[in-house]
Amino acid sequence: METILKISNLNKIFNKHLHAVKNVSFEIKKGNVYGILGPNGSGKSTTLGIVLNVVNKTSGDFEWFGGKVATHDALKKVGAIIERPNFYPYMTAKENLELVCKIKGTPFSKVDEKLELVGLLERKNDKFRTYSLGMKQRLAIASALLNDPKILILDEPTNGLDPQGIRQIRDIIKVIASQGTTILLASHLLDEVEKVCSHVVVLRKGEMLYQGTVHNMIENNSFFELKSNDMLRLKTVLDEQSFVENTIEEDGKLLVYLKQDIAAQDLNSYLFEQNIVLEHLVKRKNSLEEQFLELTKN
Amino acid sequence: MKRLLSIEFQKIWKNKASRVLLLTYFILLSFIALIASIKFSIGTFEIRIADQGIFNFPYIWHFNTYVAAFFKIFLAIVIVSMMANEYTYGTLKQNLIDGLSKKEFILSKFLVVGSFAAASTIFVFIMSLILGYSFSSYNELSIVFSDLEYLLAFFIKLFAFFSFCLFLGILVKRSAFALGFLFVWFVGENIFYWLLKFVILGGDDKHKNFGDTIIQYFPIESMSNLIKEPITRLSAIKTIENAVGGAQTAKDYSIHFSQISIVLVWTFIFILTSYYILKKRDL
Repeated sequence: METILKISNLNKIFNKHLHAVKNVSFEIKKGNVYGILGPNGSGKSTTLGIVLNVVNKTSGDFEWFGGKVATHDALKKVGAIIERPNFYPYMTAKENLELVCKIKGTPFSKVDEKLELVGLLERKNDKFRTYSLGMKQRLAIASALLNDPKILILDEPTNGLDPQGIRQIRDIIKVIASQGTTILLASHLLDEVEKVCSHVVVLRKGEMLYQGTVHNMIENNSFFELKSNDMLRLKTVLDEQSFVENTIEEDGKLLVYLKQDIAAQDLNSYLFEQNIVLEHLVKRKNSLEEQFLELTKN
Repeated sequence: MKRLLSIEFQKIWKNKASRVLLLTYFILLSFIALIASIKFSIGTFEIRIADQGIFNFPYIWHFNTYVAAFFKIFLAIVIVSMMANEYTYGTLKQNLIDGLSKKEFILSKFLVVGSFAAASTIFVFIMSLILGYSFSSYNELSIVFSDLEYLLAFFIKLFAFFSFCLFLGILVKRSAFALGFLFVWFVGENIFYWLLKFVILGGDDKHKNFGDTIIQYFPIESMSNLIKEPITRLSAIKTIENAVGGAQTAKDYSIHFSQISIVLVWTFIFILTSYYILKKRDL
């Protein structure tokens, strides 16, 4: 599969002491939808800033499209919006997009097409400063899509929007994803990422904690919820098992985290052999949110 | 280059404040022609400025470029706010993300600076030609097109000054502060000169000393040195000076290559430092 962006051992140190990105490496393959997860200040925006040519890296490397073209030329095939929509407030939406066309070398005919897509066509001759935040964000998406980019990068696209605005942006993202555009979505809204993304990269304090599919991230950490009338014995027996990572008592139930996967019926029959009768047995997977909080807790 | 200019001029022209300032600038420039209509009377004498020789070729090149340079502050405001706006609106960041390189960005800004200087020079050239042909006592081609180096100096002076403004805009990021900084710089140069010449070296008005030597290498002073004041060069004023009996000093009004080079070196420094700052800065 074609690699769109490859980041290797990227580091960023601000003002000689703030290590914002620590040795981050990952690859973006064509056709997938990636989520970058991380609490505020985890280095998401800095990482994106570096590959988008606005933040200077301290060390490490990144290459767009196999590294054959200069970064600024590669960016003409990328659509990106970061943090907040940046446009000239005194120009109309149409004029702003035409300016972007000139920078990217795209024909002006795309302007109406993309305004239509985000539902701003009838407001195209209004000045940018008259727009609401939701409209500004949609205009930013239209602008990022002008050149029919190979990859769309969105940094917190729903930040500060009302529920309707969030819904509109999410719907637009889904439409774009369904057309096969590669998407890189940085967010701390986990249900957003869980709904849209196929792959995730998790960052905390600049360090990469996980990289892989959303499916794997949830799957790998299945655990059991057990309850028996002799909780103490249950715990002692399980703690001795090689497949058990650790056990935690919570709300009168024993949560058993596994080193290696084991089927519920095997566990049940094994415990029965040990003369432990269970009154409650559930095999659960963490939701992405729980998984994320687990990963990033400190 | 055409692409970069078209990008920049869209940014400037769609901005109402910049548009008004640009138009004001060129309208004010053409008002130099109105000097021709100034008449005043001393006793029974009626004096008409236009008849005093200020529009004579080749003196008019000197006079008009000197006067026109006063209006450059209008374009300076446009340039500083053009640059500072890119920071305030966050559009500098967006332009780079959209695929403009930092080099292209700086280049496009200096192209604007260059075209402002060129447009002003061409405007002053045409206006002076028209005024000169209307009022000059000499219309021979060889006289008309002599002393054209004043136009070259005018172009370089504007280009350097606007480059300085752009540099300040990039450095300070806020238009009001950048213009304030420009003013502080100007005052600072003068205070430095005054301190060095009169206080530290104990010089006086009549004699030049090290203070005069060093100050001509400073950016603002070197720019204003390019075209010297033309008033005392007028024959009418000279007559008055002689009558009053002041000291006859032979003043050098011509353009010197050494002064042009000092200004060009500053311009070069401003352009390179701007690029360096932009390159080093995280946006």
